[in-house]
Amino acid sequence: MTLTRFVSKSAFRNKRRSILTVLSIAFSLLLLTLMMTIWRAFYIDKASAESAQRLVTRHRVSLTESMPGFYREKIRAIPGVKAVAPNNWFGGLYKDDKPENMFAQFGTDPQEILKIFTDFTIPDDQVKAWQRDRAGVIVDSDLAKKYGWKVGDRIVLKGTIYPVDLELTIRGIFTGPQPTDSVYFDQKYVEEAVSFAKGKAGTFEILANSPDDVPKIAATVDDMFRNSPEPTKTESEKAFYLSFVNSIGNVKAFILSICLAVLFATLLVSATTMAMSIRERTREVAVLKTLGFTRQTILRLYVGEGVLVALIGGAVGCLLAILLVTAMAHAPGMGIFLAGVKVTIPTLLVAILVAGAVGLISAIIPAYHSSKLDIVEGLRYIG
Amino acid sequence: MAIPISYNIRNLKLRKGLTIMTALGIALTVTTAVFLMALLAGLQKAFRSSGDPRNVLVMRKGSTAELSGGFDANLFPTLRTLPGIEKDAQGEPLASGEWVVVVVLPRKDGTGEVNVSVRGLMPAGITLRSEKKDAHGQSDLKLIEGRWFTPGQREVVVGNSIHNRFSGANVGDTMDFAKGKWKVVGVFDSGGTAYDSEIWGDVNQIAADFDRQGGFASAYLRATDPVAADALKNRVSDDQRLKLEGTLETEYYEKQTSSGGAIKYIGTFVAIIMAIGSSFAAMNTMYAAVAYRSREIATLRIIGFSRPSILTSFVIEALLLSLLGAIVGIVLILPFNGMSTGIGNSLTFSETVFSLHLTVGVVLTAVAFALIMGLFGGFAPAWQAARQDILTSLRA
Repeated sequence: MTLTRFVSKSAFRNKRRSILTVLSIAFSLLLLTLMMTIWRAFYIDKASAESAQRLVTRHRVSLTESMPGFYREKIRAIPGVKAVAPNNWFGGLYKDDKPENMFAQFGTDPQEILKIFTDFTIPDDQVKAWQRDRAGVIVDSDLAKKYGWKVGDRIVLKGTIYPVDLELTIRGIFTGPQPTDSVYFDQKYVEEAVSFAKGKAGTFEILANSPDDVPKIAATVDDMFRNSPEPTKTESEKAFYLSFVNSIGNVKAFILSICLAVLFATLLVSATTMAMSIRERTREVAVLKTLGFTRQTILRLYVGEGVLVALIGGAVGCLLAILLVTAMAHAPGMGIFLAGVKVTIPTLLVAILVAGAVGLISAIIPAYHSSKLDIVEGLRYIG
Repeated sequence: MAIPISYNIRNLKLRKGLTIMTALGIALTVTTAVFLMALLAGLQKAFRSSGDPRNVLVMRKGSTAELSGGFDANLFPTLRTLPGIEKDAQGEPLASGEWVVVVVLPRKDGTGEVNVSVRGLMPAGITLRSEKKDAHGQSDLKLIEGRWFTPGQREVVVGNSIHNRFSGANVGDTMDFAKGKWKVVGVFDSGGTAYDSEIWGDVNQIAADFDRQGGFASAYLRATDPVAADALKNRVSDDQRLKLEGTLETEYYEKQTSSGGAIKYIGTFVAIIMAIGSSFAAMNTMYAAVAYRSREIATLRIIGFSRPSILTSFVIEALLLSLLGAIVGIVLILPFNGMSTGIGNSLTFSETVFSLHLTVGVVLTAVAFALIMGLFGGFAPAWQAARQDILTSLRA
């Protein structure tokens, strides 16, 4: 019998306890992996190649202020800008004001917006039909599935910010790189119905020639309007979306504190189990020592056992996390923030490493005490 | 016959290390859950206590927030003269036409910029908000420093949370937003409500700076009593000429508690996953407790304690363990009680500051939560203890 086999045999001699410990560690590691995945999606991941080429300009004061529409042509003149289109939040109600019926509705320029959203796929004839119909709308394929919409259907969006109810005909169904939960229609419809909306833009979507042009364009746009009554704030698409996340509150501190609590809880669970199972075997240790096992070997045996159980827990946790994240990424309503997230190999490695470290730390003290055991006393020990 | 509880307490004491570690594991879960619940409770307090049941908020029909669009200023005189509105000492109706706009201010600790609501209001707007009295006859809204703004001047008063969280928000400072500088002349406290996260100034000055003359985003009307407020609300909504809609101020703020939705969903999810983990750990501890005492249990059976009383006894022991965890968990959170933080509000696009609020409800829910974990972790081992064969156990 090799040492490894001895460790794995003794790790599962009390099956129920080992399974419970594995499950307990697994659920903690599931949370940890989930938090790390979210952290990575928000703060570490680079935007996709298409997204990295896009910028968003908004009013410096806040998203609720609008900018004059003529800014568009001024932005277009900046070197490095390939295309620019207004994008206006309509914020209307579909059916009722229930949260599950909320989705993003944008008024834009059908002639140009799809040149900027290069990662949208939509049949050419549908684009042409949309561009021809001022009351036409294109909808996200996941939304279409949710509501059972087909091309040619009519939908009504009840205005809340703008006093107008839009009666739109679905001209196309698009698929984004991830579910977008949004619909796009011609802003001219709103401008014709509402006088105060005329010649205004909420945000401008900009496509740069290359990702390298993005910082330069952002600075040029903001400098251009710095001293006008309507100053702007221009940032990369990723930074723009991240500002929504940060407005919820201190997300970083929130994630970190959850991770810390989870880590500490895992350590406690693992340490409790190891302490229990090592104490139960006091007599066995004495026997092993009598047989000639050294202190180091005994220490290694028990630490190995702790690490093994924790690693299995970590692996199960990672598996659960992958399942959960996959389900989450495909669930409707995750919006732009977490749609399409994946658990990456480095994240999994970190999680497994953390699990191993937890096992090591939790086993080391009881294992050390047990290795120092006096043989005669150990043999006398009665549970 | 029931086994005395002191038997369980002594057993928990006997295996101190194990008890403490398991209880700490439960405590951590409880702490996380309590933290999230206290956040939500604080948020609810901030919004729920904002608003007087006698105040009616009037907005354009279809508007869901004070930010979304406005109505013609010509309608205001009609609103002002509606029956049922309280008069002030000079016999003027308590009605205020207002604008709410959003500006960006840098955080004091340098962690970025935050959207803040700026409210332009008429002097009557301050009066109709300050007359709300609590049980002790104390007004909710009071000036804690300086004075109110003077109409026609570029002066602002800031809410207490703004004063604490942003630099340049002290009396005598100037703030830079919209078309120029504004002088801070006072700090007000509205008792932890959403108004504490606002900056107030003269409505005409604000409207001019944001190019919004000739209208109002909203109007506040003070009715003589809550019943009259209800009637006033309906009168405004039913008037076909006005195309306006009345809401009770309390209802309006109640709706904004939904901005805690994200915290609620994520918090519940995190708490449940952690609870599952802790339950498994508690189960482990209890199984070990049963295994150690199998001879003892057999002896108890021989003496005459029935199976149900052994089952109850071990379940009680698990519950005691989790109760200890709950107590430790709540104690751990105490230092954070009252700590304030900000949250983005989806209706007003600006930050509302609220405090962690440890209510009796939160504490009771936490205890119940821990007991459920104890029950879940303790039942199966207790069942096993009760079903044990006496002879085999005695020989073990």
